[in-house]
Amino acid sequence: MTARRLDAGGRIDRTRRIRFAWDGAEARGFAGDTLASALMASGHPVVGRSFKYHRPRGIMSAGVEESGAIVTVGEGARAEPNVKATAQELYEGLSARGQNAWPNVRWDAGSVSGLFGRFFAAGFYYKTFMGLPPFEWGRGTGLWMRYEALIRRAAGMGAASREPDPDAYETAHARCDVLVVGSGPAGLRAALTAAEAGRDVILVEQDFELGGDLLSDPSEWAARDEMVAALEKAGVRVMLRTTAFGLYDHGVAGLVERVTDHLAAPDPALPRQRVWTVRAGATVVATGALERTVAFAGNDRPGVMTAQAAATYATRFGVLPGERVVIAANNDSAYGPAAVLAGAGAEVTVLDLRDAPPDAPDGVTVRAGRTVAEAHGARGVTRVRMARPVRDGFAGAGWLDCDLLCMAAGWTPVVNLGSHRDVRATWDAGLATFLPGPSREALHFAGAAAGVWDRARCAASGEAAAKRAMGEAAPAPEPGGWERPIAPLYEVRVPDVTRKSFVDPQHDVTASDVRLAHREGFVSVEHLKRYTTLGMATDQGKVGNVIGLALMAEALGREIPAVGTTRFRPPYTPVSIGALAGRSVGTHFRPTRRTPLHDWNLAHGATMTDAGLWRRPWFYPRAGEGIAEAYVREAATVREAVGICDVSSLGKIAVQGPDAAEFLNRVYVNGFLKLPIGKARYGVMLRDDGFVMDDGTTWRLGEEEFLMTTTTTGAGRVMVWLEELLQTRWPELRVHVASTTDAWASVSVAGPRSRETIEACLADGSDISDAALPFMGVARMRLANGTEGWIARISFSGERAFELFVPALDGPGMMDLLWPEAERRGGCLYGLEALGTLRIEKGHVTGAELDGRVTLDDAGLGRMASTKKAFVGDALRRRSELERDDRPRLVGLFPKDRSATFKAGSILHAPGEAEGMGAGWVTAVTHSPALGHWIGLGFISGGAAAWDGRPAVADDPTRGGSCEVEVVSPHMFDADGGRMRG
Amino acid sequence: MIRLDCPFCGTRDHAEFAYGGDGSVTYPPLDAPTGAWHDAVFLRDNPKGRVVETWHHLHGCRMWLRVERDTVTHEVFSVRPAHPGLAEALE
Repeated sequence: MTARRLDAGGRIDRTRRIRFAWDGAEARGFAGDTLASALMASGHPVVGRSFKYHRPRGIMSAGVEESGAIVTVGEGARAEPNVKATAQELYEGLSARGQNAWPNVRWDAGSVSGLFGRFFAAGFYYKTFMGLPPFEWGRGTGLWMRYEALIRRAAGMGAASREPDPDAYETAHARCDVLVVGSGPAGLRAALTAAEAGRDVILVEQDFELGGDLLSDPSEWAARDEMVAALEKAGVRVMLRTTAFGLYDHGVAGLVERVTDHLAAPDPALPRQRVWTVRAGATVVATGALERTVAFAGNDRPGVMTAQAAATYATRFGVLPGERVVIAANNDSAYGPAAVLAGAGAEVTVLDLRDAPPDAPDGVTVRAGRTVAEAHGARGVTRVRMARPVRDGFAGAGWLDCDLLCMAAGWTPVVNLGSHRDVRATWDAGLATFLPGPSREALHFAGAAAGVWDRARCAASGEAAAKRAMGEAAPAPEPGGWERPIAPLYEVRVPDVTRKSFVDPQHDVTASDVRLAHREGFVSVEHLKRYTTLGMATDQGKVGNVIGLALMAEALGREIPAVGTTRFRPPYTPVSIGALAGRSVGTHFRPTRRTPLHDWNLAHGATMTDAGLWRRPWFYPRAGEGIAEAYVREAATVREAVGICDVSSLGKIAVQGPDAAEFLNRVYVNGFLKLPIGKARYGVMLRDDGFVMDDGTTWRLGEEEFLMTTTTTGAGRVMVWLEELLQTRWPELRVHVASTTDAWASVSVAGPRSRETIEACLADGSDISDAALPFMGVARMRLANGTEGWIARISFSGERAFELFVPALDGPGMMDLLWPEAERRGGCLYGLEALGTLRIEKGHVTGAELDGRVTLDDAGLGRMASTKKAFVGDALRRRSELERDDRPRLVGLFPKDRSATFKAGSILHAPGEAEGMGAGWVTAVTHSPALGHWIGLGFISGGAAAWDGRPAVADDPTRGGSCEVEVVSPHMFDADGGRMRG
Repeated sequence: MIRLDCPFCGTRDHAEFAYGGDGSVTYPPLDAPTGAWHDAVFLRDNPKGRVVETWHHLHGCRMWLRVERDTVTHEVFSVRPAHPGLAEALE
């Protein structure tokens, strides 16, 4: 290929020179160039290396369907692999390089695999490396994994950066009456028609200019400019550099807008890309058609491209791709490009397979009944072998010297977006193409996407589609539009040529691979795809699918429709993960919840941790302390004096109404009907299937008023569940529920000196003596600063303890009262880690134990279940498998050697029986200051009684570590609860 | 993305909703035998075509809804409050 920039013409701005780097060397282009047109004009015939065989590849198209000019753009963390140079807008300072090649795409050491090409047919790797290795030790997956690493290095596309993505992305939303995808003659007309009828229209174009096919025909430019001006006047919202990558249910479209990918120095405030979710009343698909090629020997050589692409380079970009051009044609669409290339000064020969071709344009030689059988020239086509049809195939018919071979083998409408919406592609034998079938939805195809080939009728097709999108009756023009019928052609083989002919050049799938798939029985289109990887490259079969189907149909002796076509899935072109993620990255990946005491906790030295969405105090280190020292000190202080813990993240649900008690009585396993006003009760609720859902205390504040608390992580789930029960199952219950979690600041004040600490902070008249507020009592309270709230005598730590609830904004004021009083009494602030220690010592379950696989009996709570009433989950917890005695039951664990430790997550088993699932597992481990050694909670088959006197082993095979443990009652400290009642 | 026409909030993206379950199931009384509960909780049809489902407008009005939907085309035929009293009031 000896391409050169023409002296004039094109839509490039010749006054604006642009410097860019290709493989480290400086190159030049103009504003309005793509990377491909600039590379072509700079004399770079080889710009890529193929996926499997490392064959040199040149520019094959002028659009997103490109299979040859696939490059890496950008440097360092911004290096983006697998960019189609044909769709990459040029900008000052752009840095691009070839990929899948070493040292570079012109001289690639990997290309020797091409010499052994016959060993690399479809399925080669799997058959050779996974089937039966030569040595016994090679069996199994281990060796395959090693081979696979090597194969993956040898084959493939570009390498993604391993660095974090430095760019910002965002997501956005829009709605419109009519969404028009594509701005060729059909799309422009459709958008204008709908907008002039008063509709709100969004027009999406993946290119950086509106016009589509019109951009390749200078005679249309004036009319195109008028249309664009009219669109603006009519209020059409135009989105350039935006790809509609998927259509989804109910008129939703996914768009990706490349905001700054074409800018040399983007505004740092702008996102690199933006993903739009558009809700459209109707969608017009005017996505055009892609020109096909033909399978023949050497059809992937640099210098082989589609005829339309060659014309586009000459007219839009002012680059003549070759001086001596051969166009292999089987339809009328070749003659426009032939005239363009001849007019630009090339010597053009059209080989028209048909016996009666149209009249030759000026300066074009036409040879009827001829096509191409073979292309020669490793770094650019130098000559082609002609072929003529004979009975049963083709015969060689002499050679032609050339430097560019253009293929005009028919067109495939881009029906991908319809395929996303279950529109079936139907084969039209007369036009030798797939056409979009009918849609049940407000989805209308227009122009070449509907198989309308001539430009005038494309506009009419766009107008009709817009009218249908507006609910008017408007028949679509018939597909087609050529004067002479197409002569279908998918492969040319002459008897003595055995060189590779490519079906899917991007994935190096050859014609013989398709026939091999047929011989081995992979004849269904879905099997063909997976066996050969046809259509699985980044172009998703845009180029190769139809040829592959035609070859399989031929091998089967059937018609193409009998083979079928695979369904296209989103995205139409690749979308970066970053764009889909938008701003939902880092700390914005999910919400951050802070308690009302967050700032107060930080100001008092808290080290924070994540608990679900919440940020909670983990521990409050003093000078020189790490977490290990801090939490043990905090837990010991609670048992000896007093500690204050922020428990605001506990779920809190107001349950109110005449039937509130009855409702709770059904939800909880234990009775709530007779709970007196001013009392709290610990309750456990089950799911329908009989497993434990959540637990917590519920306080009766009035006859019809309860305050339910849930676990921190269960709050959302429980709220949804209560709403479901009330609205779908028991609509007769007069109960309302409302989440009040965020309304309260709550703290637990625990320890032997908790009462005196609180008493020092109360206003006169608030009495929390044992008589006024016994264990599990609930009362109104008034703090010395006037704040009012609730106080409940409940204990998670096992000590005498109180929970104080005040309005969220009054939380810090409450802490300012409580903390000096606690500190004066030798108290401390304690965090989640010490809270865990205290509850593990007591054997109180939490989320680590109630993991959704645990029954009441498993958790040792079976006695709570009422026998006097039915409750949710009661029926299914009685299933025989759930009542087995050998189910894992909650137990406490002591290391046999009291100085040893073990890890949560370990498997429990009897010594020497470290097999299968073991006998149980460890849920939580802590160092107990009360007992003076490490302890744990876990579940083990049969519970503590079954392991009385039998040692168990806590094994941690993945992280390492093994420890002999004693299985004990989970109530490891103050089993009779005297301390919390006292 | 499915869009549901919430009777309280208007048409919203399905991202605002949480799928509940099979809306055709009638749950037995709490004191019904284990077998009846087994059937209600575990035996599910997997029909192709029109189904009734429950959805929860989690990030909206928090109402539970009964949605008639086609599992093949995702066409939504109706969206009503799951609470029969509310559904009747809106008729």
